[in-house]
Formats: sequence, C-alpha cells, structure tokens
Amino acid sequence: MILLWLIAIPLIGGILAWTAERWSTTAPRWIALAATAVPLVLALTLWDGDPGDFWLAEFETSWIPAAGIDFYLAADGLGLLMVLLTFFLGVLSVGISWNTVPSRPGFFYFNLLLILAGTTGVFTALDLFLFFFCWELMVLPMYFIIGIWGHENRNYAAIKFFIFTQASGLLLLIAILGLHYAHAAETGVQTFRYGELLGTELAPGLGMGLMLGFFVAFAVKLPAFPFHTWLADAHTEAPTAGSLILAGLLLKTGGYGLVRFVVPLFPEESAAFAPVAMALGAIGILYGAKLAFAQTDLKRLIAYTSVSHMGFVLVGVFAWNAWAVQGVVVQMIAHGLSTGALFILAGGIQDRLHTRDLNAMGGFWPQAPCMAALALFFAMASLGLPGLGNFVGEFLILLGSFQVNVVATVLAALGLVGATVYSLWIIQRVFHGEPRESKGLTDLSLREITILGVLAAGLLGLGLYPKPVLHMSEPTVRALHETAPPPGAALATGQPENPVAHAVPPNERVPTDP
Amino acid sequence: MLELLWLIPALPFAGFLVLVLAGNLPRAAAAVVGCASVGLSMLVALGICIQFVNSPPPGDAFTQSIWNWFETAGLSAGVAFHLDALSMVMVMVITGVGFLIHLYSTEYMEDDPGFQRFFAYLNLFVGAMLVLVLADNLVLLLLGWEGVGLCSYLLIGFWYRDSANGRAARKAFVVTRVGDTALLLGLFLLFAELGTLHIQDLLGRASEQWEPGSGVALAAALLLLGGAVGKSAQLPLQTWLPDAMAGPTPVSALIHAATMVTAGVYLIARTNALFELAPAAMLTVAIVGAVTLLAAGFAALVQSDIKRVLAYSTISQLGYMFLALGVGAWSAALFHFMTHALFKALLFLAAGALILSLHHEQNLFRMGGLRKKLPVIFWTFLIGSISLAALPLIGSGFYSKEKILWDVWISPHGGPALWAAGMAGAAITALYTFRMVFLAFFGELRTDVSHRPRGRVAFVLIVLAVLSTIGGGVELPHTFGHVTFFSDFVGTAIETQVALPPGLDAVLWALLAMASLLVVLGTLAAWYLYVKAPGIPERLASSPAGSALHRLWFSGWGFDRVYEALIVIPFRTAARINRRDAIDFIYLATAGLTRALHVVLSETQTGRLRWYALVLTTGTLALILIAFIR
Repeated sequence: MILLWLIAIPLIGGILAWTAERWSTTAPRWIALAATAVPLVLALTLWDGDPGDFWLAEFETSWIPAAGIDFYLAADGLGLLMVLLTFFLGVLSVGISWNTVPSRPGFFYFNLLLILAGTTGVFTALDLFLFFFCWELMVLPMYFIIGIWGHENRNYAAIKFFIFTQASGLLLLIAILGLHYAHAAETGVQTFRYGELLGTELAPGLGMGLMLGFFVAFAVKLPAFPFHTWLADAHTEAPTAGSLILAGLLLKTGGYGLVRFVVPLFPEESAAFAPVAMALGAIGILYGAKLAFAQTDLKRLIAYTSVSHMGFVLVGVFAWNAWAVQGVVVQMIAHGLSTGALFILAGGIQDRLHTRDLNAMGGFWPQAPCMAALALFFAMASLGLPGLGNFVGEFLILLGSFQVNVVATVLAALGLVGATVYSLWIIQRVFHGEPRESKGLTDLSLREITILGVLAAGLLGLGLYPKPVLHMSEPTVRALHETAPPPGAALATGQPENPVAHAVPPNERVPTDP
Repeated sequence: MLELLWLIPALPFAGFLVLVLAGNLPRAAAAVVGCASVGLSMLVALGICIQFVNSPPPGDAFTQSIWNWFETAGLSAGVAFHLDALSMVMVMVITGVGFLIHLYSTEYMEDDPGFQRFFAYLNLFVGAMLVLVLADNLVLLLLGWEGVGLCSYLLIGFWYRDSANGRAARKAFVVTRVGDTALLLGLFLLFAELGTLHIQDLLGRASEQWEPGSGVALAAALLLLGGAVGKSAQLPLQTWLPDAMAGPTPVSALIHAATMVTAGVYLIARTNALFELAPAAMLTVAIVGAVTLLAAGFAALVQSDIKRVLAYSTISQLGYMFLALGVGAWSAALFHFMTHALFKALLFLAAGALILSLHHEQNLFRMGGLRKKLPVIFWTFLIGSISLAALPLIGSGFYSKEKILWDVWISPHGGPALWAAGMAGAAITALYTFRMVFLAFFGELRTDVSHRPRGRVAFVLIVLAVLSTIGGGVELPHTFGHVTFFSDFVGTAIETQVALPPGLDAVLWALLAMASLLVVLGTLAAWYLYVKAPGIPERLASSPAGSALHRLWFSGWGFDRVYEALIVIPFRTAARINRRDAIDFIYLATAGLTRALHVVLSETQTGRLRWYALVLTTGTLALILIAFIR
C-alpha cells in the first residue's frame, strides 16, 4: 500500500499545488515540499525491512484483465534505493527552486511532482505495460519544464528532448508488445508481468531484435553514445531544478532499465551484445570527457560530464558480475548527487551573473569562498577521488569489468584522466585566476549551503561507508544473477565451474556408457 | 600504546576539519590548530615507535581495523592500518618532518591572506600521507595516494591568482593521474588473479601461486611501477615536478621533496615480494632509476632558479632510491629516503628563507656573497649541501648513498653498469650542489637583504641541520663503525636483504675511496668553475654545441615539448574542432532532410487543376512505359 501512496501523494500534491496557485504564490511550494518530504519519510520506513526477504513492499490490483495488464508495484532493495534517491532529490529540487520560479509556480510544481510520480512508478512497476505508462508519464512534464521555464533556446531543446524520448519510447512499446505476444504464443498466457516474462524462449533473431528495442530506449535515456546529443541541449536550457531532476533521476531510469529488464529478460542476447555495449560505454566515457573539456558554456560542460559518467554504467551493466552491478548502483546514486550539485552551482552562478559563459568568469574564489570550496568538493567527487561516492561506483565497475573485458576497462579507466582534466578545468575557469569585478556575485545563501551541504554529506557517506547501500542492493543483484548468470559465474559465486554443464543442455549430453 | 595507532592519521584529519569548518579563525588559533594536530600525531608516533622497537609486537607487525569500508562479493576493503618497520620509518619521517615544516610555515606564511586555508591543506596532506603508508589494503592505500595527489594540486596552485600556478597544479594532478590509472589497473589484475587486495595476503598468495618470472607477475609489477613512476616523478612522468615549484616553499619541502614523492618508493618496497617474482620488472625499476638520476642530474647543472635545481636534484635522488629498489637493496633505498627527507627538507626550507630574505628572488645569478649577511641560512644550507653531495664522513647523505652504491655492486640484480651510473651521478650531484652554494653565498653581493629569518624559521633550520648530520649514524658501513640498527629494523618487515659476501672488505674500501674521490673532485670542480674561473661556464654555454646542450638540459631534456606536441596539442585541437559534437549533425541532418522534403512536397500542392492533371498523366504514362520495358 505504501508504494501506491508514494505515487499518489505527488500526484495529489501536484494537483493541489496547481489549484493553490490561484489564491497564493507561496502556497504551491509548501505543498510541493510536503508532497516530496512525506513520501521520502514513508519510503524510509521500508528501510527497516530485511532486503533478504526480497520484496520490501508490494501492491497489486487488476487493471485491464482482458489484456492481462495488472497494476503491480513492488520494491526490492534496488527499487527502494532508487525511490529514495527520487524523493531525496525531489525535496532538494523543490528547495532549490524555492523563490526562483519567475512565473506560474503552481504549474511548475505540478509538473515537477508529476515527474517524480512517474519516476517512482518506473522504479517500482513490475508489469511492463504499467512500466511503459509511467515511462511516458515522465516525459511530457519535463517537456513543459524545459519549454516554459528554460533559458534562451528552450523551445529547440524541449522539442529535441521530446522527439528523442518519444522515438525511443515507441521502440520500447514495440519491444514490450513483441515480448508479450511471443510469451503468449509460447505459453498461451497473456501477461505483461515481469516475473512471468522472465525466461521466455525466443527465436534468436526475434530475441536480438526485442533486446535491441529495450536497449535503445534505455540507452537514449542514459544517455549512451551515440544517442547522447539531446542531453546537452536539454540540460543547458533547463532551469536548475529541471537539470537536477534530469541528471539525478531521468538518466537513472535508463540505467535502471538496463539492469532490471535488458539483461535479465534477454540473457543470451545480452551476452552476445555485451562487447558492443561495453565498447559504446567506453567510447561514451572518453568522448563525453573530451566534449566536456571543449565547452565554453558551464552547464553544457557539466552536461557532457554526465555522458562520460553514464558510460561507466553501460560498461558495468554489460560486465554483469556482482562487483560491476553493485558498482552501477552506487555510481547511479553518486552521479545523481555530484552532478546534481554541480548543476545547482552552475544555476546559482547563472542566477547571479545572468551568464553561463566561462569566458566571463574567473577569479571568483575571494568573492565567493563557500561556493568555491563546495565546487571544489564536487569537482573532486566528479573526478573519482577515493573517499567520495563516485570512486566506489567507478572502482567496483572497473574491477568487475576488468575480469570480463580488459580492453574496454583500460579505455574506461583512461576516462578517469579525462575526468581529471575537465573537473580541474571547471575550477580553473570559474574560481581560480585573477579576480575580476563581477557585479552581483554574492556567496551562497544559507538555503543553498544547506542543500549543497546535504549533497556533500551524502557523497561523503557513500564514499566512506557504502555498506548500507551495498547491503540493500545485494539480494537484488543475487536474484538477477539467478535469472541471468554472470560471465564466468564460478569467480563470482565461488562455485567451481563446469564448462560442459553450461555449454550442453542436459538432454543432449552424450551418454558415456554405450 | 599501540592501540593509539589510529590517532596518528586521525589527528591531522581532525585539524583539517576544524580549520575548514570553523569559519575565519585568528591567525594564532589557526597556527595552533595546524601545528598541534601534527605535533600530537608526532608524539603519538614517537611513543609507538619506542614501544615498537623495545618490545616488538608478535610477528613484528601490528594491525588495527577501524571499520569495514566496503565489502561485496568477496572483495573486502577495510579502513585498517598495518604497522611494521617499513611503515614505522615512513610514519616517523612524515610526522617529524611534517611537524617541523608546519612550525616553519607559521612564520613563513604569516602575511599570507590564505593562512588558514594553507594549514588546512597541509593538515589534510599529512593525514592522507599517513593513511597511504599505514593502509593494510591497496584500496585504502589508493585513498591516501589520491588524497596526497589532491593536496599536492591544491598547494601547488595555492596562489591561484596567477594562472601559471594553476597550470602547474593541473599538470601535476593530470600527469600523476596517468600513473595512477596504471596502478588502478594493477589492482584489478591482482584482484582478478589472487582474489584479494589485502597487502599481506596478496603477497603471500602471489609467492605461492606464481612462478618466479611468470608473465602475470611481470604485468602486475609493471602496472604498479607505472603508478610509482608517476608519483615519484621518474622518467617518463617526471615533467610535473619542476613546475610544482610554483607552490609555497614549505610545500616544496614537505610534499615535493620529503614525503609525497617517495610514495612510489614506498609502494615498491611494500610490494617487494611481488617484484622479486618478476626479475624483469626489477631490472626495469633499476634502469628507470639509473637513467632518471643521470638525466635529472644533468638538468640540475644548468638551472638558474634555485628551487628548480633542488627539484631536479630531488628527481635525481629519487632515482637513486629506485636504483636501490631495482637491485633489491630495500633497506638502502629506505635509508636514503630517510636521510634525503631530512637534508632535502633542510635545503628547501633554507632556500625558502633565502628567497624571502631577497624579495622573492629565486635566480641564483642574482644572488651571491650572502655568506656573511645571512649566516644561519648559509651554514644550514651548507650542511644540507654536504649531505646532498655526499661529502665523505660528514653528513648523513654520504652513508646512505654509499650503501646504495655498494649494494648495487654486490647485488645479484646489480652490476658494474648500474654502479657506474650511480658513480657518475655522485660526481654530478656534487657539482650541481656546490654550484648552487658558490653562486648563492660566495662572490660579490648582487641583491640586498631585506629581511632576516626569525625564531621559528631559524630554529627549524638548526634542528634539521643537526638531524641531517647525525641521522646517518643509525647505519654505518661494516668497514668502519659497523652499525646495522636501521637495516636490522627494516629487516623485520622485509626479509630479503642484499647479503654481503665475506672477504670483500678490500673491494668495499676501494669502492668507498673511489666514490669519495669522485665527490670531492665534483666539489672542487664546482669551486673552480664558479669561484676561481667563473668565465669558463659562460664560454662553454656560448659555444654552439654547448648552447644546444644547455638548452636541452635547461628544458629538462625537452620532454615537455614532446608531450605538448604529441598529446596536449592534438587533444586540444580535437576538442576545439569537435566542440559542437559531430554526432549531433547526423540528427540535425535527419531533421533537415525531413524539413526539406516537407518544403518540396508542399510546393507540389498548388491547388491548380491543370497542374494535377499534368502530373497524373505523366505518372500514368511513366508507369505504362515501365510495364512495357519489363
């Protein structure tokens, strides 16, 4: 039941905020704060559960029985972590737009809360039709947020975002329906339920096609090279809260989809596709870092660092051993915090100076020491400094992928040098150098310091004591591996590997005794 | 007492946190916090050291686990400290020299607006460095390793207003990170093959599972070497260290001479069992050391900036340590690490005091004749120089360098060629060291003295001068004195030592005499060239061949230009050309094509009946024609 509330509260809150706009300009934000904080607390109560029991919460009711569609929500450790991230960043995004929404705050918060509801649905839906419904629910409000409250070139960015996600959404829909009919043809049971669709036998060509449908949809969202080009425009033009949600949550739905659906539903096809996917991941890491370095627009620069960081997720998912997948989970959370913080800082600078141009910046350290110190902290997180969250994610991913694909790992590891180059470049261009007269550049307000301080504490906690997170996602990873065994399963589980048993189905084994 | 081990790194971290979070403190308070945290850490370390030497813990090592950092699927990395003789030596040097440099900085940096920030960074550095040397697993070691890299970056770029300092800082971070990437891959390889990253377990398993000379051992050792080469500024990743002199001079003394740059030496000594399984990697270490010590020595001969001379001399002395590591002379390498930390810190701090006394003048050729004007600086700098040049008997550098040279000669991994490189380096060292002394303190006065060192600076210089003179006494050659305290102590952590074959006394005496003679000759040459006949170096430098060589050495063998041309410029160009992201053009072209089609098709919708009839007829005729042809 809690899961239903987690979706319902933001929806109701959104409608309330929209209506409250008519009689008050401040009421919407308080409603929005409540509608994100309450679900956060509710979700935290699930933390007590033992992730070993697997489903920490479930909700189920029939929706369209004729087509075998259920309203089925369930959260395991991975789902809960993602839901917590959703509402954690949700509260912060309400806080960061507290008095910076220039017009129609009610409609703004309505859209924001609608995205959060959709994201929560994506992270908990275990009926593929419902999943698709929630997937689409996230898109339109984001289109409005970019298109209405964005910067100069917002229409272009909003439409680009919409076309990319809709085109990939179409592929996802076709792939879901294809899987549904293939399963119905095989078993005669009409269902969209994830648990039942697992293990569907598919003809080789069909399986690969369906897998690619899922893959492309999630790779666009992630975004993976070469589907990343919408991201830079969307991030650059979005208002700060939009960038925060985009980087922190929408990108994560792509990574989540890869982990939850692509590999478990199509284990063999994914294994065959893994070298390509890992290569795309490694290319994305290096290409994103190079593009980031070249930018003169601060938000655009940070946007490309996301491409680089999400490349690690792609590498990790397709390496598919326990280290790599655990690393993916940590990386997704850490990236949400660190890049979100960088966008908040960039937004803060833009609010003060009305520019994102790096050429108009430099030497801000004496004027804004708190901002500079926090920017330095998040830049260090972004370059993977040990002790901060991103390091744990990247280290585990690379440790795992090294055992599967050495070449991709070496290339990906070089991305850490690239990350050093662009992260230090941000600090140099914005904060170091000869101080210049920048009118209006004030240091962070208490509200901003609080928000960034919470993010910093989160990254430090994740970096120094990631155990709770790893503990929470561990049963999920184990269950996923039962469905889709990791490559070289012997190494991960400690079981001696019998290559013959893996290669030949039991009924085809040649009898040794004639 | 041993249970207090965790306090040693925790105290400097606590100091860092206080300095960062407390807001603007008065200078005195910031100085007290900064010095006291490291000073207390030193006292705890001293207490532990005394107990450790007097009543060694079982197994000559003590392990303390603080918390479980992360653990997943068989990978376990804890925040846990491992103290043995090797880390004990490192801890004593780091906290001891670290404290003295903190104390020195309270006077040196007193007018700087970033006073509190400076001590915060410095405390963070000491904490991270202590984690590095105390870590019981390679992941925690990496935390310290990257942490000191961060502090190095922050402190090189401490005076951030000058963009040249920022460039030097970024260069240091990025170049060392190239080496770090190799180290990281080494960790992955070790874990994939051995299933653990706990250092002691890993060394044990490697010795059990890997044949000496096996490919995987070689690969792992070379990857670790990659990390060591970056951090310790050895060829080919040495280029960042001379530029790192952009930082305040106490930073150069602490980070870029005494402690951080020896992290690579520590790493190799720590994983010695691994390197011994890979003789080819050992040889590589020795060759890297020998080539580096010579190349950096030549570069030091022609620098005009006193700090750059010292920087190249640091690279060169680190080369000696690598040479010793490469021939398996572990305790000699550590002995030289310790003496070098003392005398190089002394030289840098004396140079810093000198620079401050001369209105921030760093050019040796604008100094001169300061012997009488700045007696404390002169005498302490001279004592440091005697150690660095390894003048016979006085100064600790003599004993540690002689030990390296002997061990290179007698070790089965060594040999005459490596030994000859070390000998040549000794002569060059004496030459560039006393060139510095004679240029700065002898001859005529060229710049007026504006300021004299006061209490704390003078005190620290004198303490370090005493330590670097007597520090060699912990290990004396067996041909005279025969003290083996240091190598016995280190031997409790690293069992394999270079064994001294019996009956070699005559050879050792001869080696000792030859090395001493070379050093004295180098010193005399410096005196002749820079005091007696100062025209000679100028004439040499103005001859065509001489000036070409001068330019080559002055630029540190032109590495920077090569890297600039091969890596930096191509990367920048590629970044600039593709700023708009070529991939996006594919999507833009698709959109453009769609729009063009739309324009063309809408043009056809004219609304005129005659036009439609014409198109209809033409189309039908074309279809009939096609049908006929087929």
